[in-house]
Amino acid sequence: MKAIGIILAGGNNEKRLGELTSLRAASAIPVGSCYRAIDFPLSNMSNSMIKKVAVITQYNSRSLHDHLSSSKWWDFGRKQGGLYIFTPYVSSENSFWFRGTADSIYQNISFLERSNENYVVIASGDSIYKMDYRKVIEFHKNQEADITVVCKEMHDRDLTKFGIMQLDDDGRITEFEEKPIEPQTNIASLGIYVISRKLLIDLLNEIVPEGRFDIVKDIIVRFRRKLNIKAYMFNGYWSSVGSGIMEYYNTNMDFLKEDVRREFTKDFPYTFTKPKDEPPVKYNEGADVTNTIIGGGSIINGKVESSVLFRRVYIGENSVVKNSILMEGCYIGNNCIVENAILDKQVSVSDGKHVSGEAEKPCVFKKRSTI
Amino acid sequence: MLLKFSALLGDDDMSKNEMIAMLLAGGQGSRLGVLTNKIAKPAVAFGGMYRIIDFPLSNCVNSGVYNVGVLTQYQPLRLNKHIGIGFAWDLDRRNGGVTVLAPHVKSGGDSGEWFMGTANAIYQNIEYIDANDPEYVLVLSGDHIYKMDYSRMLEFHKKNNCAATIAVLEVPFEEASRFGIMNTKDDDRIYEFEEKPANPKSNLASMGIYIFTWSKLREALIKDNKVHPDSDFGMHIIPKMLADGENIYAWRFKDYWKDVGTVESYWQANMELIKTLPSFNLYEDFWKIYTNSDIQPPQYIAPTGHVKKSIISDGCEIYGDVESSVLSPDVIIEEGAFVKDSIIMKGTVIKSGSVIDRCVIDESCVIEKNVKMGVGENIPNELKPKIYNTGITVIGENSFVPEGVTIGKNCVIHGKTSSADYKDLILESGKSIIMEEEDL
Repeated sequence: MKAIGIILAGGNNEKRLGELTSLRAASAIPVGSCYRAIDFPLSNMSNSMIKKVAVITQYNSRSLHDHLSSSKWWDFGRKQGGLYIFTPYVSSENSFWFRGTADSIYQNISFLERSNENYVVIASGDSIYKMDYRKVIEFHKNQEADITVVCKEMHDRDLTKFGIMQLDDDGRITEFEEKPIEPQTNIASLGIYVISRKLLIDLLNEIVPEGRFDIVKDIIVRFRRKLNIKAYMFNGYWSSVGSGIMEYYNTNMDFLKEDVRREFTKDFPYTFTKPKDEPPVKYNEGADVTNTIIGGGSIINGKVESSVLFRRVYIGENSVVKNSILMEGCYIGNNCIVENAILDKQVSVSDGKHVSGEAEKPCVFKKRSTI
Repeated sequence: MLLKFSALLGDDDMSKNEMIAMLLAGGQGSRLGVLTNKIAKPAVAFGGMYRIIDFPLSNCVNSGVYNVGVLTQYQPLRLNKHIGIGFAWDLDRRNGGVTVLAPHVKSGGDSGEWFMGTANAIYQNIEYIDANDPEYVLVLSGDHIYKMDYSRMLEFHKKNNCAATIAVLEVPFEEASRFGIMNTKDDDRIYEFEEKPANPKSNLASMGIYIFTWSKLREALIKDNKVHPDSDFGMHIIPKMLADGENIYAWRFKDYWKDVGTVESYWQANMELIKTLPSFNLYEDFWKIYTNSDIQPPQYIAPTGHVKKSIISDGCEIYGDVESSVLSPDVIIEEGAFVKDSIIMKGTVIKSGSVIDRCVIDESCVIEKNVKMGVGENIPNELKPKIYNTGITVIGENSFVPEGVTIGKNCVIHGKTSSADYKDLILESGKSIIMEEEDL
């Protein structure tokens, strides 16, 4: 049942996440006070005893490389296995970027060829969920599937943003439509796949030379009748922070809910991240904090309500922060009001300034800006 | 001649450590009472996130001292687990790193030999130091809270061509008789060492931090061991080296330094951290203090929570009121509970309706609903009046306090108590409940 993992962290989400990803990969986006999106799939891999994991990066990968500078935080710094980071490179045969998800794996096919594990788990780097991939592999084996796609029934979500599928009575995927205009079901792909390593090598060797580069379009959809592609239904919390500003905002706010917060920050198996050993949060005389999560090293002098504060945030006296996300190192001066806002890292709000977005459209301030 | 074990251990000159540190972490710290019943003093929590030993260990790494021997003796289990392979302080290294040195059975002997004194502990590890072949040895204790750049002290040591350098702190003259006092000449060369002098001639107190030129210390340790099997740096080694005319200097340290040796000083030092401008700053970017914790999740303050003048660590969940307190990671304060002027350690739960006033509650305790703790008169503890006499009630680790009991000041509880252990659900000031070993 041994498996290797591939995390696709190369997506360009700039159109969807705007300024939040103008300088960073979507997988490196900070979430839940002290994590980055990729911590969730990486921790899942580690907790599923997958010892060898490749992270494939492309756009704005510096922030991701910074976060992954040591693999030991996720327990990959070992003699058996390890964390492999693949970026596009120039060789005598090619000098282009990854042309799609399948191509990004194909260009690193030696990683697959040199491994001897039977299965490959492919996941995307910008989704927040806790999953034991061993259960998916078990299902994959029991169903004698060629490919298993992890799916979830979506409620209250915009289905036109997902890959929507139709299943037959055995749970076999019969139709798969990417971002449908008229969704036929509410069963969405979570972009997590299990496939045997040999089959993946064969498929990639077949399709990429034909100029087909996409896992969904050129493998799942194209081969759905030829191969036994099964849907594994996942019932836990799942959210993609890469799909838009509102999704990003709501995912962070979900951490204020007890069940979500407990699942990711308290319950075993743990979500790992690069530790920063920040001191405790300091609440001074004027502090008045309610319904808020806060990362280490912050200093609070003012009022904070229903917000997500990352590490080392400073809130000045008589300031009010409400329904906002303040990333690492943000500085709010005295007598400020910050409402319905997303402040990227190290944004500084000068004394007396007011910053307000709308509940359905939080305003975003880019990294290191001063208000 | 020095024996060279280096080749034996695979070290070579490339990895030679100019200075290695020997950290004395074997002390019980008995004046911390029940807090050190099960753990050595260096493993006691401090400042919410930390354990006392994090301070000297972080100082070592920040000073570029990457080879640290930690000498353990009293209740080392928790300390060993905390140190591990030194991962948290970047001390898991190819060359050097951290080594836990425990007392052990010597060849030819039938029984083991404890570390009998501070210098004796180093004497028993001469082989370890020789194997690392340093020029200088830094001797530290695992008991103090401070940030110090040992590399500057080493510069001073080299500049003055010392056999030993002792870090000193200027203390008020009226307190000087509580310390080991260095009497120095104008250039800070020490000519006399007096342990707790009745009439101090100087106010330079030893901080228990020494740099020795290893060849000089090695010689002194071997000589002294024949006379004093309980060889101590302050009592024996330093006076002997002075008598031999060795060059020993005092290195003045002007920053924050705290010995948190008593329940009161431990409580005070923690409380200083919650001031708006604390004299010991943990929030600076440089000279970071590192600690070992598995995960560092965010803390949550609920809609019903109120927190004021406090420092609160990762993973805490506050549904009740917290004021002027220090909370370690993963503490839960339930709705309607009120914690004031207290130190609550890792994983403890304070249930709803309980009021905790001026208490120190150790790790993994459960304080049931509607407990009143720290009320009444300030009567010193009957069993140990010298330890518990300033009104602070202390609860040992893994204790359970049943619903609805009232507990006075200077009380001590350790173990899983039930309401039958409290007469009329009251534990009066100065009383203790210490459960038998199997109930702890």
